[in-house]
Amino acid sequence: MMEQRIDRNIPKEKFQFVQKEARIHDERLQTKSVGYLQDAWNRFRTNKSAVVAFVLIMVLAAFALIVPVVSNYTVTFRDGYYKTVLPKFELFKNSGFWDGGKNEKQSVAGYQYLNAIGLETGKPAIMKVYDSFQDSTGETYYNLRVDSYYSVGFVYVNLSDAEYQALMQYQNDTGIQVIYPLAAIQNKHFVRGNDGANFWYKLQDESQGSSGAAKLDDNGNYIPNYLTSDNPERAGYTSLRIAGDGENGVWYTYAQKNQTGYRCRVHYSEYFYYRNGFYASFLFGTNVYGQDIFTCLAVGARFSLLLAITVATINFILGVIYGSIEGYYGGATDMIMERISDILASVPFMVTATLFQLHLADRVGVVVSLLFAFVLTGWVGTASRVRTQFYRFKGQEYVLAARTLGASDRRLIFKHIFPNSLGTIVTGAVMTIPGVIFSESMLSYLHIINLDTSSTLTSIGTMLSNGQGYLSTYPHIIMFPAIFIAILEISFNLFGNGLRDALNPSLRGADN
Amino acid sequence: MTKYVIKRILYMFLTMFVITVMCFVLIKLLPLPAVREMGRDINLVLAKREKMGYNKPIMVQFFLYMKSIFTEWDWGVGEQMYDSLPIWDVMMQKLPYTVVVNLYSILISIPLGLGLGIYAALKKNKWQDAFISTLVMVFISVPSYVYAFLVQYIFCFKLDWFPLQLASLSQAGSLFSWRMFVSMVPAIMSLSFGVIAGFTRYTRAELSEVLTGDYMLLARTKGLTKAQAISRHAMRNAMVVILPMIIGEFIGILGGSMIIENIFGIPGIGNLYIASINVRDYNFFMALTVFYTLIGLASGIVIDISYGFIDPRIRMGSKK
Repeated sequence: MMEQRIDRNIPKEKFQFVQKEARIHDERLQTKSVGYLQDAWNRFRTNKSAVVAFVLIMVLAAFALIVPVVSNYTVTFRDGYYKTVLPKFELFKNSGFWDGGKNEKQSVAGYQYLNAIGLETGKPAIMKVYDSFQDSTGETYYNLRVDSYYSVGFVYVNLSDAEYQALMQYQNDTGIQVIYPLAAIQNKHFVRGNDGANFWYKLQDESQGSSGAAKLDDNGNYIPNYLTSDNPERAGYTSLRIAGDGENGVWYTYAQKNQTGYRCRVHYSEYFYYRNGFYASFLFGTNVYGQDIFTCLAVGARFSLLLAITVATINFILGVIYGSIEGYYGGATDMIMERISDILASVPFMVTATLFQLHLADRVGVVVSLLFAFVLTGWVGTASRVRTQFYRFKGQEYVLAARTLGASDRRLIFKHIFPNSLGTIVTGAVMTIPGVIFSESMLSYLHIINLDTSSTLTSIGTMLSNGQGYLSTYPHIIMFPAIFIAILEISFNLFGNGLRDALNPSLRGADN
Repeated sequence: MTKYVIKRILYMFLTMFVITVMCFVLIKLLPLPAVREMGRDINLVLAKREKMGYNKPIMVQFFLYMKSIFTEWDWGVGEQMYDSLPIWDVMMQKLPYTVVVNLYSILISIPLGLGLGIYAALKKNKWQDAFISTLVMVFISVPSYVYAFLVQYIFCFKLDWFPLQLASLSQAGSLFSWRMFVSMVPAIMSLSFGVIAGFTRYTRAELSEVLTGDYMLLARTKGLTKAQAISRHAMRNAMVVILPMIIGEFIGILGGSMIIENIFGIPGIGNLYIASINVRDYNFFMALTVFYTLIGLASGIVIDISYGFIDPRIRMGSKK
């Protein structure tokens, strides 16, 4: 230990006054002060999972807001022929994954059917032939990857006179064949196909119950089997003709005149392009109504998010006002108000939602009545949290000090007590968002609310229930909405946890 | 304690009464659906409506409704579905399905949830804990119907281990038969993921808090092994909070999950409720509303009271 040395004899002249003229101030703080929000932000930033969750929420929200605006499709878009087509992402073309293809086992007739579509249109319906094999009965089967878009092939459409002329004009301008000769076989009893529109070739057997196997010529080629006539201008057709037309003085028939206009056989992929200006390609596929799942999902998510945020905001305001009054005044006021909120909280949410639907949906619309249902009982949770916080803080000395200085009730509530409880309350409000999203999807899944009536709206729950019957055959219909809502819920919960840790450091890790 | 219990139960009935009145009035304000043609039974329904005073003022109707419930235990008859069958009978016929499915789910979830929670708490801040906590986070957040679709797709379609829908009683013989159980497995699985995660999270939080207590240090100091200290001191104290939650879950099994029942076609209470809304059978709707409200209130009370029974230190109803 060092010996303490004290000089006892310091001559007087060695002393001098410090700051003889200057005034003494508190020293200015050299570091920057850190406010509550800054502090919370610093804490939040270090929580990696919460930051990731927040970014995810932003991405999903951006998806929900942007996609309905920029998408080629709308919720009202329904295509009768591209029903349940599979997800297709142009980047993965022909990769065997996310390319709109499906692995199928086909008999010889099925293989010929798909192959014929590709031969006639130049757009192959078969993406890949994996292998062929013979089963125990000697029947040959093929394992194929089938393009769910091109396998639609041809369809019969009825066009008005003007539409027919415009389509022929389009063909002449672009040189793209859309209208193809009518098939001679017009039976509808084949398993596949749109009114048999894809059977442009001769079959071995055209009777009921036929397998639909093709009759091939000596070289193994299909034998075309179109409606023919001896007049090239039959039914007013003056546009492009396919190869092989007009040989031996036999002309194919491209349209039949009927009462309303013309019945034509069109190549659907090109016809779709002609009608819409783009080729059909659905990122998440379509559902059984031919709606684009990608767009519907975004519209449904946008609705869910907006609803949830609105509900959270309203409940936050109502809860804060109600809870503050309860918690601040206490006593009889508190008791009566607690009874009321107790009763409201005890009504099962399903009952509230149903009653509001039954009473109000016809008068003010589904959305507003749904909002009412969420608001009616939703604020009770916030109110009780606020109340608890008030009980915690109102007895503390600084509040007493403020009261002694003459602060009004309102000032005490909003200036002194409320900011202290803000963290807990805000966290609670954010945590209600995933709950609202879940409840809304559940209600629309169970058909208790029906958002699709207004035709510009849809809900994730409705999409799920639409896909449920097709879970085994077309799982993509249900998969995308389910994944979306799962990610959304996980993100909101993680984000809420991070927010809680950031805003209330004392609660860090509680019930986590 | 007794005084507190009585007070709580009286409050419960008051709440119950207010909610019943509100719902009754709101339902009666809706247009009364016409009775469907169903042969001779139509007169039965009309007579029933006459008896319930359907063209008298609503409060008189409410009085008659209450009277018929308390004097004859008569909750009305099905008007739009289960033609003319007493509502109480139909509900009692549906209830076992809901209870059995949820009971299986709870019985599986409790040991798994507690076990995982205890394990995570003991391994706190190690990778096992991080792993379990992450899974818990995911499983708690993901909605139950997403599991239902996953289970259906993987186990019912792809692997073909379980039937898609519940076996009927005539096929399976009894509600507790093996065949019935197998057909219930998908629903039980879908229900259990979330419940297990909930139990795990709760147990872990409680136990890890208890483990930091001073008396745990004392127990170790006086020579108990870690296992002894945990089983004799930590678990007991953690259970004070965990047990009431388990008890609450047991009451909750009466209510069940509407969406799971709907997906797996379980003919339980939840499906009955949805059907009653879809066909607008207000007699069923009213009775089920009372039923669900009662379950909610009862589980709240039982949880609160059980705290007092489990831990004598907690004095119920005392001023804080």
